[in-house]
Amino acid sequence: MGVVKGFLVSSSEAVARKRVADAMRGRVEEIADRWVRLQVQQAALSGGTSESELREEADTLVAALVTGLDSALPIDRVASSHTELRRAVTDLSMNRARGGESPTATALAVLALKEALLEAVQESTQDSGELFSAALLINRLLDGAGALSFDTYVEGREEIIRRQSRQLLEVSTPVVRLWRQVLGVPLIGTLDTARTQVVMENLLQAIQDQEATVAIIDITGVPTVDTAVAQHLMQTVNAVRLMGADCIISGIRPPIAQTIAQLGIDLSTIMTRATLSDALSEAIKLTAGPLPTPDAPAVR
Amino acid sequence: MTQLANTSTTSRAARTDTPDGDAAAEPGTTRVVLTTEEDLLTVRHAVRAATLAVGFGIVDQTRVVTAASELARNAYIHGGGGVLTIEYPRRHGVRGLRLTIRDEGPGITDVDAALVDGFTTGAGLGHGLGGARRLMDEFEVRTVPGGGTTVVATRWVPR
Amino acid sequence: MSGPTSTGVPILRLGDVLITGLLNELDDKAALAFTHELTERISADRVRGVLIDISRLEIIDSFVARTLMELTMMAKLLGARVIVAGMRPPVAITLVELGIELVGVETALNAEQGMAALGWHQSQQPPEGAHRDSTR
Repeated sequence: MGVVKGFLVSSSEAVARKRVADAMRGRVEEIADRWVRLQVQQAALSGGTSESELREEADTLVAALVTGLDSALPIDRVASSHTELRRAVTDLSMNRARGGESPTATALAVLALKEALLEAVQESTQDSGELFSAALLINRLLDGAGALSFDTYVEGREEIIRRQSRQLLEVSTPVVRLWRQVLGVPLIGTLDTARTQVVMENLLQAIQDQEATVAIIDITGVPTVDTAVAQHLMQTVNAVRLMGADCIISGIRPPIAQTIAQLGIDLSTIMTRATLSDALSEAIKLTAGPLPTPDAPAVR
Repeated sequence: MTQLANTSTTSRAARTDTPDGDAAAEPGTTRVVLTTEEDLLTVRHAVRAATLAVGFGIVDQTRVVTAASELARNAYIHGGGGVLTIEYPRRHGVRGLRLTIRDEGPGITDVDAALVDGFTTGAGLGHGLGGARRLMDEFEVRTVPGGGTTVVATRWVPR
Repeated sequence: MSGPTSTGVPILRLGDVLITGLLNELDDKAALAFTHELTERISADRVRGVLIDISRLEIIDSFVARTLMELTMMAKLLGARVIVAGMRPPVAITLVELGIELVGVETALNAEQGMAALGWHQSQQPPEGAHRDSTR
């Protein structure tokens, strides 16, 4: 029974599928036009996508829909499995995501396409039974496309978020040159493992590039320090020393000093100063160090 | 199972044109047999090449090669040699590098002690296992006294 | 100036300082032979400083770290001060994560600063070696 029923469904589906494909084939440009117009009317797009871009997307996607319908793939898997169509849908959603369009605009785009397709089929037949099965088919085809489009859109947004948080990490950990051979890292905000690793990498690279001999890590702007962060700071100081430079930590505020003492973390081997300016004056003394500076002007 | 496979295909295809596009660019599993001291250098070269293929940054490359060096030396000194297998696992679209080092040595009687810094029964600082564990994201030691030791260590490419 | 030693690693002498460098492809046997050669030279040449350039090392594992610490210790016993110069940033990061501190080992940013720490200032160098811009 199941087999017979399945056969009947699929055979009538095949008929509807051919009808939709044929109806579209004669009206590819028309459908694409209509779709673009519908999207512009919806005005849900924030303007990041131009009309010519819309038109190009529409041409590609409608053409891909036709070849998708011609393929032997089951109707609800055409969008996800037909290479050409899949690419057209993912490209469209990725562009929307990267262009900063809202999820609504992206979802409405697919819904508008449904409308454009139904209109095209309506022009090709007046039979209500045929129209109904065509509408069902279009629904199943575009629901697949809608799901894929949403997945891709979310993936695209996540990619942007990941990139931004990486950029933020870079921006939030600047290494600045404070004096000849002296670098400073003013840390502001909460420190975690990822951030301290970026600090360490940037600082060591800057030490090598600029041949700095003293690095000052200023933690005035760091609200709290826990065991993990203190250990990361120790690691950073040790890595700086391995490079052959000195490291000073400045701006340890009283509550943080208390926490460090209570946690039993030994910072005694680390050079610390109350303020950044104290640290800088110490650093300048260190760079003057045992090296005679013949080209330094006599000040006194 | 099928679900998982589908998910990874989806996210991969979203970034590249063909579903198998970048999988093809990755080399297959590599095996390095470790019998002489010179093979330690071969291990380093093979692992360095693998870290480049996966796309690790310079610091992660150094971490993974150093960990491989520690593990290979352990297998050489305590296990009388062994076999290193390099694999390219993938988890939720994230690429990684997995090192499996297997030796037929006497095995480790107390794994927990061996992972503590300073523990050593041979040459080195006793940082071998514990140190290598800190350089990798995942670390597993399987050992049977008298039946050899297998260490499986993985590091994932940061997203 | 001495020629290459049996390990293939050159050890040069500049006044009372020995200058040498570790190569990336150093295997364990060569590392041990190098330690032996260098301590022999420190003793024979009666130098008071040793500069070891490690800027070519792409990794330092616990074995190489131990070699550096032993070298430093032995040199100290023979009355010479060792400076290890030019560690690459990724190597430094990996070493601290490994949990290795290179106890007792003095480091310098590069060979030039290492030589300065050993008392070799630029003003003492022959003119062709001085590359610092004259500022007036």
